Amino acid sequence: MTAEDLRRATVRIAHEILEAHKGSRDLVLLGMHTRGVPLARRLAAAIEQIEGEAVPVGALDIGLYRDDLSTRGTSVQLAPGELPQDISGKRLVLVDDVLFTGRSVRAALDAIIDIGRPQRIQLAVLIDRGHRELPIRPDYVGKNVPTARGDDVRVRLSETDGRDEVAIVPQDNLNGPSREGEE
Amino acid sequence: MTSPRTSEKAPITTPRAVSEVPLPPSEERTWRRRHVLDLDDFSADEIELVLETTTAMKEVLSRDVPRAPALRGTTIVTLFYEASTRTRASFELAGKVLGADVINLTSSGSSVEKGESLIDTVRTLQALGAQILVMRHAMSGAPYLAAEHTDARVINAGDGWHAHPTQGLLDLYTLRSRIGDLRGKRIVIVGDIAHSRVARSDIWGLSKLGAEIVVCAPPTLLPAGLGKPHEQDAMPNVTVETDLDKAVCGADAVMTLRLQQERMSGGLLPSLREYSRLYQVNEERMSRANPGAPVLHPGPMNEGVEISAALAHGASSMIEEQVQNGVAVRMALLYLMRGSK
Repeated sequence: MTAEDLRRATVRIAHEILEAHKGSRDLVLLGMHTRGVPLARRLAAAIEQIEGEAVPVGALDIGLYRDDLSTRGTSVQLAPGELPQDISGKRLVLVDDVLFTGRSVRAALDAIIDIGRPQRIQLAVLIDRGHRELPIRPDYVGKNVPTARGDDVRVRLSETDGRDEVAIVPQDNLNGPSREGEE
Repeated sequence: MTSPRTSEKAPITTPRAVSEVPLPPSEERTWRRRHVLDLDDFSADEIELVLETTTAMKEVLSRDVPRAPALRGTTIVTLFYEASTRTRASFELAGKVLGADVINLTSSGSSVEKGESLIDTVRTLQALGAQILVMRHAMSGAPYLAAEHTDARVINAGDGWHAHPTQGLLDLYTLRSRIGDLRGKRIVIVGDIAHSRVARSDIWGLSKLGAEIVVCAPPTLLPAGLGKPHEQDAMPNVTVETDLDKAVCGADAVMTLRLQQERMSGGLLPSLREYSRLYQVNEERMSRANPGAPVLHPGPMNEGVEISAALAHGASSMIEEQVQNGVAVRMALLYLMRGSK
């Protein structure tokens, strides 16, 4: 996926969100650390261009809610959550880069419910790579990408990695540190 | 220190415009430490990681229902061979907020009274499934001994005169929340330095973060080796000033210490009155410090001895914030230690 593909997918998802919600009223975008946060900001910027109204953006770190804390080798740095406002009664769109097993989204749902009670929670992802382990499905998808379980989907964004790009590294070519959004 | 959010100090719940949401750190830092025994072997990056995690924990504590399940199924034992209010209570609270099971043991009422040795006690607790052992002991170095004889993680909650790393970390967090980056800041530590594990951990932490440390006490309450960085086992470089009025001149913050009368063998001070006349931090003395300089005290306070009551309960006092931040700092450490293998 090139930078241009990425931009088009973002704008399309922005339109889809607005269509489904009939506007941007009560909408809150919540990006999941790390790369969901810049994606949520891009979606918000696109929505603002279309509707002329700013949408609040928040950041969510699911570190405290992971189910693999004790099996991971090391603790992951926990980024402070940034909630734009009280989320109770809002229509919340959770934004992440890659949807894989669904376990991160499960953790995010627990985190959100501990913070407040949104009227509705939806899920927007840039890449859906399949291999779900939980009954979770996205509401908005940038691109469906069939992958093998061991493949590495690398999303790079200019805000975090200096450039926009999505690449799939097949299992046998893997070298270097993993960049997956989920394990 | 490389993270763009280091300077981010605004309250978590403040409404933010889209452009103000800080960018996530592009590289995740990881924690590989088994035990937290002192700050002397911490790197500035590790301290930074704890302080940033603490900010995330403050958000959890600010919720209507302050609970998160990160330590569900983890057993934490607090083993206190010495009296404590805030340290033990805040460790217990920190563990419970994160969903851990916390068992509190004190030397009175446990098998320690029957003569069980420290090593046997620690092994027993491990056999019972304790994964994190929070320990306070009157003997310096006791948590190091415990750490050698258990697979559990050990957090030093104060050992003798030696170290109190979690107090050091919460003091760093509290100072930064008021005066920002500590590099080059003049931080004055006043009082009974010789008997103070808090002072030692504060000095290590402050020096790692680049603060300029001034230590002020009567010569009998200064440890040997302080201010002499070339000697073996020396503390980090500090300036020693025995005149408090000179020491607080231009200070960015003043950290007071409790006069530890229970650890004094006598003869160190002519009288309590003379001590408080020369070394009490009060509003008159604070007027020589930089405007807005905060005052810290690790507690419990001897009001009217090392700190005046008016100052302790005044606007520059951060004593309550220290207690509140203590819970968040301990949550951060428990979280980081549980996740590291």
